[in-house]
Amino acid sequence: MSLDIETAAALKQTVRIVPPSDGVAALEAKNINVWFGNHHVLSDVNLRFPTNSVTALIGPSGCGKSTFIRTLNRMHELLPGAKLAGEVLVDGEDIYGPKQDPVNVRLHVGMVFQKPNPFPSMSIGENVLAGLKLAKRKVENKEEILEDALTKAGLWNEVKDRLKVSAGALSGGQQQRLCIARSLVLHPSVLLMDEPCSALDPGSTARIEETIRELSHNMTIVIVTHNMQQALRVSDYTAFFLSTDGKPGQVVEAGETVQLFHEPKDKRTDDYVHGRFG
Amino acid sequence: MSDLLTIPAPHEPWKVSDPLFTAQQLITHLGTPLLAALITVLSPVSGYSGFFVVWLPLHVITAGLLGKYGHRKKDFANTTLEVLMGAALVVFGTFVASVMWPVVSNGIAGFHFSLLTQDASATEVDAPLNVGGMGHAILGSLIIVGAATAISVPIGVLAALYVTEVRGKLTPFVRFFVQAMSGVPSIVAGLFVYAALVVSGLLQFSGLAGAIALSILMLPTVARTAEEILRLVPDDLRTAALALGGTQWRVVRMVVLPAARSGLITAAILGIARVAGETAPLLLTAFGNTAFNANPVSDSMSALPLYVFSQMLLGGENDVARAWVACLVLLVIVGVLFTTARVVASKMKKA
Repeated sequence: MSLDIETAAALKQTVRIVPPSDGVAALEAKNINVWFGNHHVLSDVNLRFPTNSVTALIGPSGCGKSTFIRTLNRMHELLPGAKLAGEVLVDGEDIYGPKQDPVNVRLHVGMVFQKPNPFPSMSIGENVLAGLKLAKRKVENKEEILEDALTKAGLWNEVKDRLKVSAGALSGGQQQRLCIARSLVLHPSVLLMDEPCSALDPGSTARIEETIRELSHNMTIVIVTHNMQQALRVSDYTAFFLSTDGKPGQVVEAGETVQLFHEPKDKRTDDYVHGRFG
Repeated sequence: MSDLLTIPAPHEPWKVSDPLFTAQQLITHLGTPLLAALITVLSPVSGYSGFFVVWLPLHVITAGLLGKYGHRKKDFANTTLEVLMGAALVVFGTFVASVMWPVVSNGIAGFHFSLLTQDASATEVDAPLNVGGMGHAILGSLIIVGAATAISVPIGVLAALYVTEVRGKLTPFVRFFVQAMSGVPSIVAGLFVYAALVVSGLLQFSGLAGAIALSILMLPTVARTAEEILRLVPDDLRTAALALGGTQWRVVRMVVLPAARSGLITAAILGIARVAGETAPLLLTAFGNTAFNANPVSDSMSALPLYVFSQMLLGGENDVARAWVACLVLLVIVGVLFTTARVVASKMKKA
């Protein structure tokens, strides 16, 4: 009994640990609780994502990482039975505020998914510019934007001669970089990536990690990953999510990546990052 | 060293024939019909139907035994089903052929080019085949079916979008009504339009009235097919487009509908196929006409099924011949439409 209280207290404390409170946070999650129907899947998540940094979300399957990342650009609410409590601040404004339009939120907070999902009916070029059309943005310098986005995503040299070819002709890794380019066109201030490399070979993964590092110079990136090495390689900060015994998922520990991996404060983090469970 | 390396010739080891098994197959599949024929001749059952009744169960059993005890063991059900499927193919092939053959042979026998270009306004009963024609009915069919398509395809696709994309509160009702509508007998659709639009004076007997009656029949086919097609569009694409900041309508228009394009064309074709040959609903709405009429809102209009019907009623030898030609023309028009739409759809997919 006393042990339970101790664990609970310890847990409470670790939950409060957030990445550095100094500097401007482009994105901040406050007391996020998530339910599907009556099923409580995430409990009291508090995380700050500093501007122009990469934050990795790690944890075993089913701990709520992907659910959490979807709350950050209001994709969560599209799932049946989705419920939520808490605030997500983008540049200080709550994206769940009564006057916020989810469509507008998603323009500022872009997302890349686990499975590459280019639009099959469009060419490579059309795919990249699809965001502009979807958001009804009229632009003059389409070629420039196209080249810029593809260059940033590290795909320009591979596709510049076949922009009119269907996107289905690209390899999986290229398709994923195309999806990254597609989300860059709208100049989001935050980019969410839900296991972007889990379906890709090591070469493509390395290529995308390079892209992430480059993008982080002027963009805040949140990436969900199952690959510890990847988290170490690309992220500045890491948050460790865990859900035990069917209880809702929580953040066990969060902080600078190097510190979290080498001197974790919590025994469970230590076990997880060293592959002793999960 | 590499010169010595002999590259084996490509084989298909899974297709290597097995003489013993081939023999057993031959004996089973040729012997059984012979045995059945023998039984039919020697026993009181007789005729083609008698043969069929004896042959099918017998062949099912022998094929099953071949599967179970033959040289290459499969399964009783495996070979039995092969025979049943073959029998089904033969039966329905016969049906289709016995419908198609008279249409094609009589249609070609009575064909005169003038039948396609002239109308029937000056044609007397049993007039020779080179006098008068069905041009007015072809034109009428094209106008009526075209208008019905223009009415029902947008409504049907919108209904399907409501069910698959909007998923609003009325979804179960929309589904229920679409299903209920698909059970409406065609004459009822005609009567409804007659009572609601013609008797009330809103419309004359006209092509438009006919098109509305046909669109009532077409709508459920289009809506149900379109719904199934839209369901096949992967959710990934919707999520991706929504995450790019698209509103629901723009997501549907730019991503979902293009991805489903060729399937939606199929939905429209199925709808057209459903109504192109309908006669009953047109009797009370388009009414039929013997002269060209290209105006869908005023005056009655003919259509190929109506033309067939009226020619058969006239009953003269040449009139019946003209009706056969009209049947052939209807078949050809629907066939050409199918092929064109399929080709267009596959071209668009490639592009």
